[in-house]
Amino acid sequence: MNAQQTTTNQLPEKKYIRSHEPIFWGLFGAGGMLTAFLTPVMVLVTGLLIPLGLIDAEHLSYEKLHQFVSSWYGAPIVLVLVALPLWHTLHRIFHSLHDLGIKRGRDWQQVICYGFAFAVSVFVFTLLLQMLSL
Amino acid sequence: MSKRKPYQREMNNDWWLKNAFYSKYMIREGSSILITVYSLILAWGVFRLSQGEEAFNAWLSALQHPISIIFHLLVLLIALYHTITWFSLAPKAVDLYIKGKPLDAKFIVAGHYISFIIVTIFCLVLIML
Amino acid sequence: MSAQTMPTQQAVSDKVIEVEILRYRPEQDEKPFPQLFEVPYSPDMSILEALQYIKDHLDSTVSFRWSCRMAICGSCGLMVNNVPKLGCKAFLRDYYPQKIKLEALANFPIERDLVVDMGDFIKKLEEIKPYIIPATDDKCLSEGTYKQTPEQMEKYKQYSMCINCGLCYAACPQYGLDSKFTGPAALALLARYNRDSRDAGSAERMKIVNQEEGVWSCTFVGYCSVVCPKGVDPAAAIQLLKVESSKDYLIGMFKPD
Repeated sequence: MNAQQTTTNQLPEKKYIRSHEPIFWGLFGAGGMLTAFLTPVMVLVTGLLIPLGLIDAEHLSYEKLHQFVSSWYGAPIVLVLVALPLWHTLHRIFHSLHDLGIKRGRDWQQVICYGFAFAVSVFVFTLLLQMLSL
Repeated sequence: MSKRKPYQREMNNDWWLKNAFYSKYMIREGSSILITVYSLILAWGVFRLSQGEEAFNAWLSALQHPISIIFHLLVLLIALYHTITWFSLAPKAVDLYIKGKPLDAKFIVAGHYISFIIVTIFCLVLIML
Repeated sequence: MSAQTMPTQQAVSDKVIEVEILRYRPEQDEKPFPQLFEVPYSPDMSILEALQYIKDHLDSTVSFRWSCRMAICGSCGLMVNNVPKLGCKAFLRDYYPQKIKLEALANFPIERDLVVDMGDFIKKLEEIKPYIIPATDDKCLSEGTYKQTPEQMEKYKQYSMCINCGLCYAACPQYGLDSKFTGPAALALLARYNRDSRDAGSAERMKIVNQEEGVWSCTFVGYCSVVCPKGVDPAAAIQLLKVESSKDYLIGMFKPD
C-alpha cells in the first residue's frame, strides 16, 4: 500500500456524523460537579456520623425527613442528590468498559448503562411524587 | 519493491497497570462503582421512607452495621479522590481571561477547594438545625 | 558542537549506563526484540546523544529520527522507560544509575527500530483544515494585513506552539484503543484556528469536532498535556471544544441545518 499517495492527493469532502454525546456529557458533568462538592459530606452524614451516633439521629428522623421530602422544594433536591450522580458514574462505567477492551455490543452497553441511571431516576421520581403533599 | 513492514504493537487490556498515571486514571474512573452503590443505598432509603416510619428506621439501623460503616468509609475516601481529581482538572475547562492573560490555574483550583469547604460546613450546619 | 569547552567532569569517566533499545528490522525480524548497549555516562548527555554514541561506536544499524537537537523539530520522540519523551530533552542524569529502556513511540506502527510510521497522525493534522479560512467577502490582499490585538492572540497562542512530535498520541490510551480518534495534537491545532480572530472556518471545523471520533472519543485522561514538551495542553483544548460542541449541539436541536 502506498500511504504517501493518499496524503498528497486532494482530500475528498468527508461525511461527518454528529455524536449525541453532548446530552450524556452534560449530565455527566453536572453529576460530577455535584459528586465532587456534595458526595463527601453526604457520605459523612448518612454513612458515618448518623450511624455512629456522632450526630443525633433525630436530625435525620423519619418525621423530619418525610416532611422535607414531601415539600415542593425538598422533593427536587432529593431527586437531584440521589439520581444525578448516577448519570455521572454510569457514563464513566460505560467508557471504562471500552477502556478495558470490552468492545462487543457497545450499543447494548450504552442502553444498559444509561438505562440503569434512567430507571433509578424514574424509580426515585415516582416515590417522591407519591410522597409529595402540596 | 517496498521492504516496508510496519509492526503494530498490541495494546493489552491491562495497559492501565503499566503506568502509574494510567492507574490513577482508572482509579478515578473506578470511583464511579462505589459511588453508584452509595446512590443506590440512598435510593433505597427514599423507598423505605415512602413505606413508613418502621421501614425507614430499619434502613437507618442497617446503616449501623459494621460492614456498612466500613463501606461508607471507603466511599468517603474514593469520593474525596474524585473531588481532588475533579478540582485538579477543572482549570482545563475554564476559558477566562483577565486583562488579556489566562486566569492562573492555581486560583481556579483554590476557588474550588474554598467553595468545597464552605459547602461542606454549610451542609453539616444545615443538618444539625 | 558549540565552541565552548565542556566542564572537566566529562574528561575521563568510567561510569557506564545501560541503554536497552527495542530493535525491529522489517526485512529480517518477525517482531521487535530488546538489545542492550553500554554507553559512557555523563550527566549532561541527552538520550539523543546516547543514541548517536551507540550509532557511531557500537552498532551503526540502529535507526532513529532526529534533526535540531533543541526540542523544536519534533523528530526524536520515543518512549523512555515507557514515557513519551523527546530524546533531545531527556537526560541520562535523570535515570542513572538505572537502566534506560528505549522504544519507538507507543500507539504508532514501528517502521524500524525507534522510527515510527506517522502517516495516520499527518493525515489527521491535514483533515482538521489547519489554515486560516477567511470570511468569504473578505478584504483584498492589497488592503493590507489583518490586525490582531495581544488579547486576541493570547486566545490561541498556546495551541500554536505544537511541534507535531506525536508524544501526545503516544500518551493517549484512547488513540491506542481506537485510532479513529482525531487525537490530542490535531484537536489542539483545530482549537488554535477556531480561536483565531482572523479565522471564519469554525462552522466547518465544528463538524469534525462534533463527531464521535472528534472530541467525543476523549475521556479526559489528561496524560497528553503532561507529556507535551511545549506546554500546549491539548487536554484543555479538547475540554473547551467539548463545551463548544455541546453549545453547537443545542443550537443544532433548534435550528437543524
